[in-house]
Amino acid sequence: MSVLEIKNLQVSVITEAGNKEILRGVDLTVRSGETHAIMGPNGSGKSTLAYSIAGHPKYLITGGSVTLDGADVLEMSVDERAKAGLFLAMQYPVEVPGVSVSNFLRTAVTAIRGEAPKVRTWVGEVKAAMTSLNIDTAFSERNVNEGFSGGEKKRHEILQMELLKPKIAILDETDSGLDVDALRIVSEGVNRVKDGSDLGVMLITHYTRILRYIKPDFVHVFANGKIVEEGGPELADKLEEKGYAEYITA
Amino acid sequence: MSLLTTNYLTPTGREEAWRFTPLKRLAGLHDLSSLVKDNVSLTANGALPRGVSLTVVADSELPPAYDSNDIVTNRIRENVKQISLLRIEKDSEVAQPIHLKRSCGPSAELSKLVIQAGVNSRSTVIIENIGSGQIGEEIEITLEAGASLKFISLQEWDRSAVHLGQHHAIISKDAQFISFVISVGGSVVRLNPTVEFTGPGSSAELNGIYFATDGQHLEHRIHVNHNVANAKSRVNYKGALSGDQARTVWIGDVFIHKGAEGTDTYELNRNLLLSDGARADSVPNLEIETGEIVGAGHASTTGRFDDEQLFYLQSRGIPADIARRLVIRGFFAEIINKLKNEDLEERLMKRIDDELAKAGE
Repeated sequence: MSVLEIKNLQVSVITEAGNKEILRGVDLTVRSGETHAIMGPNGSGKSTLAYSIAGHPKYLITGGSVTLDGADVLEMSVDERAKAGLFLAMQYPVEVPGVSVSNFLRTAVTAIRGEAPKVRTWVGEVKAAMTSLNIDTAFSERNVNEGFSGGEKKRHEILQMELLKPKIAILDETDSGLDVDALRIVSEGVNRVKDGSDLGVMLITHYTRILRYIKPDFVHVFANGKIVEEGGPELADKLEEKGYAEYITA
Repeated sequence: MSLLTTNYLTPTGREEAWRFTPLKRLAGLHDLSSLVKDNVSLTANGALPRGVSLTVVADSELPPAYDSNDIVTNRIRENVKQISLLRIEKDSEVAQPIHLKRSCGPSAELSKLVIQAGVNSRSTVIIENIGSGQIGEEIEITLEAGASLKFISLQEWDRSAVHLGQHHAIISKDAQFISFVISVGGSVVRLNPTVEFTGPGSSAELNGIYFATDGQHLEHRIHVNHNVANAKSRVNYKGALSGDQARTVWIGDVFIHKGAEGTDTYELNRNLLLSDGARADSVPNLEIETGEIVGAGHASTTGRFDDEQLFYLQSRGIPADIARRLVIRGFFAEIINKLKNEDLEERLMKRIDDELAKAGE
């Protein structure tokens, strides 16, 4: 049982023109097995929340706290956060030229598990995970995210999540740029990991579409750098119908 | 040693071709201010495959096949009496790479090699430059019609070495030239990989890797002369620099002459600065005298680490130092993987790792 606790988190983005305040006091608790949908209009700070929890150097924490099972996440380096059990599936996964997917996955898994996976079981493990995500095994020899289609990038993110087995995963707009089939495959992947590992999920999205496949336990509406309304799955239905207009004008 | 007629061309450092080069560190190879010997320094490393011969011939029997405006090349032509000739017979399919090894003498020397790839031959030539040496070299490479030659020049010198050279390829109709120039060792390495075409359907792929650490000067001056129609060229050089006074220069000149319709060319140079105090110059030049071409382009980037790449790798649990090494290895792997020679790929990756260790990465 793990708990990610975000308390009164305040974050600025570091730009050449100076720092700009984005998050204005976010409170959120995600426990193992729970799925939280974070929904909000573009520019509301959803991605900032995701990236600052993962430790992107572009963001400056100006107040508040983030803990995972009591440990101070904000004091950890980026890789330590991953080792502690956090995972961020990125909206725009980064290309790493010359580094093959297989080398990357193996290096990451070795770092997270603290020892290199046994060659024999590892090959099978990767193959099984790839097959279930409908990823061609020839993919292993390609460079990380280089020349991947939008759908391939997102499936590759979920593949990593499946192999790294985090405690809490943040999925940042994983649904963006996916057609219906790809969305279904990716969602099934997330659900499979959830079923198998009691994963806690923070699902950041603009649209309700993905919530048809990944059922949230809680829905939080994000606007202007903080959570402005919370509820159960029914809140998503309301957003589907009325949009974000009332939160933007509010 | 004859009196030089090219004395008036002795570079002063103000010339475009020499303005980046530390003339004081060239062991007199550019002005013959010190004793410079004519030396046959290349030998076959292992038995030569069938259809391949390495002989030494008098310079009078092998007049230069092209004009060079490089001062060192011209000094070589005036002074070198014995030329190494590597001949790959026509129609030879040489599966095993042809390994040549260089052993330099104790003093500065000049050396010339001619490689003749016969009609429709296929081969790979690897030249290993290791140990110490002060050498001015010319390598004249002729690819006869339909020949395919992979030419690999490894500069894995000791840190004292000085190496100035021109590698000129003359590429005939339907011939394919692929070169890899890999410079990691030496005090000063200054190479001019140059190519010209003599018939349509010919292609040149020029790849390079360099890694300069403290005080090293590694300079590569590429010149692609598109003087006939329907030839293709690709240039891709990648370099990393680390440490105080690490210095690299990359010049990429591509000329597309009036009659060179259907030319297809692209050149790329990328430099990765790993520390302060290092300097990379990168100067692509493209001159086009005809618009009737398939394509012509160039790109040059010099920069530090991509923070987004490091963040991505670290966010998967990979520690910062390993992430940096992965990115640097990946940067070079793009070219090294094209060698398609497992032993060599492994050896070069290990050399990159050694350089990284030296650089404290």
